[in-house]
Amino acid sequence: MIFLQVIAGGLLIGAVYALFSAGLTLVWGMMNVINFAHGEFVMLGMYVAFWAYTLMHAGPAGFSALAAVLLFMLGVFVYLLLIRHVMRGPMLAQILSTFGLLLFLRYAAYWAFSANFVTLPEGLFGPSLNVGGILLSAPKLVGGVVALLLTLGIHLLLTRTAVGSQILAVAEDRQAAMLMGIRPDRMQALAWGLAGASAGIAGALIATFFPISPTVGESLALIAFVVVTLGGFGSVPGAMLAGLIVGLIESLSAYYFGPVYQDVFVYGLFVLILWVRPHGLLGKA
Amino acid sequence: MRPATAAGWIVLGVVLVGFPLALRDPYYQQLGALVLLGAISASAWNLIGGYAGQVSVGHAVFFGAGAYMPLLFYNLWGWSPLLGLPAGIAVSVVIAFFIGVPTFRLAGHYFSMATIAVAELIRILVGNWDFLGASIGLMGPATPRGWWDLVFRSTVPYYYIFLAVLAVLLALTAVMERSRFGYYLSAIRAGERAARSLGVPVGRYKLYALMVSAAFTAVAGSLYAMKFGFIDPNSGLGILVSVNMVLMAALGGAGRLLGPLLGAAILVPLQITTNSLFGGGGTGLTYILYGGIIMLIARFEPGGLLELWDRIHARGRRRALAAEPERHAA
Repeated sequence: MIFLQVIAGGLLIGAVYALFSAGLTLVWGMMNVINFAHGEFVMLGMYVAFWAYTLMHAGPAGFSALAAVLLFMLGVFVYLLLIRHVMRGPMLAQILSTFGLLLFLRYAAYWAFSANFVTLPEGLFGPSLNVGGILLSAPKLVGGVVALLLTLGIHLLLTRTAVGSQILAVAEDRQAAMLMGIRPDRMQALAWGLAGASAGIAGALIATFFPISPTVGESLALIAFVVVTLGGFGSVPGAMLAGLIVGLIESLSAYYFGPVYQDVFVYGLFVLILWVRPHGLLGKA
Repeated sequence: MRPATAAGWIVLGVVLVGFPLALRDPYYQQLGALVLLGAISASAWNLIGGYAGQVSVGHAVFFGAGAYMPLLFYNLWGWSPLLGLPAGIAVSVVIAFFIGVPTFRLAGHYFSMATIAVAELIRILVGNWDFLGASIGLMGPATPRGWWDLVFRSTVPYYYIFLAVLAVLLALTAVMERSRFGYYLSAIRAGERAARSLGVPVGRYKLYALMVSAAFTAVAGSLYAMKFGFIDPNSGLGILVSVNMVLMAALGGAGRLLGPLLGAAILVPLQITTNSLFGGGGTGLTYILYGGIIMLIARFEPGGLLELWDRIHARGRRRALAAEPERHAA
């Protein structure tokens, strides 16, 4: 029964990983830029949730929406002020820009909120559920299910709507999209906004069951890299599948070897993918 | 070499050699030694990150290997830290091989991500491994048993050891710049596909550059361990160790011989000043500032300060030419 519980817990957290990784993979697919600061976006989403709850007594739905809106704006700003200018420059500039953003955001949070952990109160979603002997904590259950639906939503947005088609058209061929009357700049700004929003909501969801600190983004960013690589760069369904797998591996390795080593297994998996199947599960070779 | 260039080198040499003799205050001697140490590690990073254009953000793993090995050997068998240095280099080169072989077949971002993931992986492992001191770290010899322990009370001997290593590294880099190896690397940096189509063995040469870079970064780590006689997962393997290398090289000029030294000469004093200004909370503010500088460099001046200087210089020369057209016509 413990084993089933470990699996359920892993899948639920994996769904949240899938959500913020979907944002990262979308940006990569659009313009071959890796956002090293993506984990800090998630961290900021967590703090938005915390402060909205503390100052305004916002409920889970309220602070998740607020995190989505604020991080959407941050994503668009970052694109307009920074990424737009470096994306066609040397690779050094691309990597430096988001790496600098990572340092800036992480230590700004460190400075503003101090290094201490803060937490949202338990029981925001009521008591834990007992499903056939498996004990599921309510925040993880809500977080996992909402994240899974939202990731599915991003996929549907991309594949079933006009805006999604325009985004994919720019990703496919910027020049050709421009000739079809699509403004690539707008679509790319939108992609950064969506990436920010996905990270923001994911952060708000994680904040309901995980301690919040300025450095939490570090391991989350690396998890997103692993998920995106395993799923295949640019593939949202790939990120969804890979997020669940990574959540499972993390949960099982924490159970069998201790929580300290869960990251070791996840990063080890990353190195293994690079050797064995670098284009990921659902990516194009 | 033009006379002006030769004179510039002589002045630089005199300044670097004379610095600890002219400024006898231990504070400045320590500062000078730290600048040189930073310049060594950033120059080593520059080989792969600057010349070959493959941006590593996890070079701390090589630095850490170089720093841990001498102290480990001392703790296990009481050996001189010098004997651990080759072991540190060997470990670094092996790690470089395992990062480089899979990622250099792929687009550049894979390499950056792999470096940071491997560095974190090893930092976590070392931080939980009692054999390597876990989160407490390792200590070196407190009192020297002989010169071979390389424990000096004064900073001056360290300063000259660092200067000698930096000189060797920069001399080798200068030779490399003019060799086939150097030309291959700049071709790879300018455009990998074009380089490959011209017959450059791209993957192999990137791997060589990474291994040489890792070896020298390990040397920098060993020197750090010898000077401070102490290493823990954060000071040896932390992400900020990597950040320092990238930032120094990029600020001065990545892919330029003297870029890392210039960057170190600016950033090390800046870091020490901000740390003492802001006190205990200083590290946070220092890195906010670093993040800001990195974004500004990336956005406005990815070639670093040396390229900016070149451009201003060239503009001045053009203006001088425009002002006296008849003399040049004659």
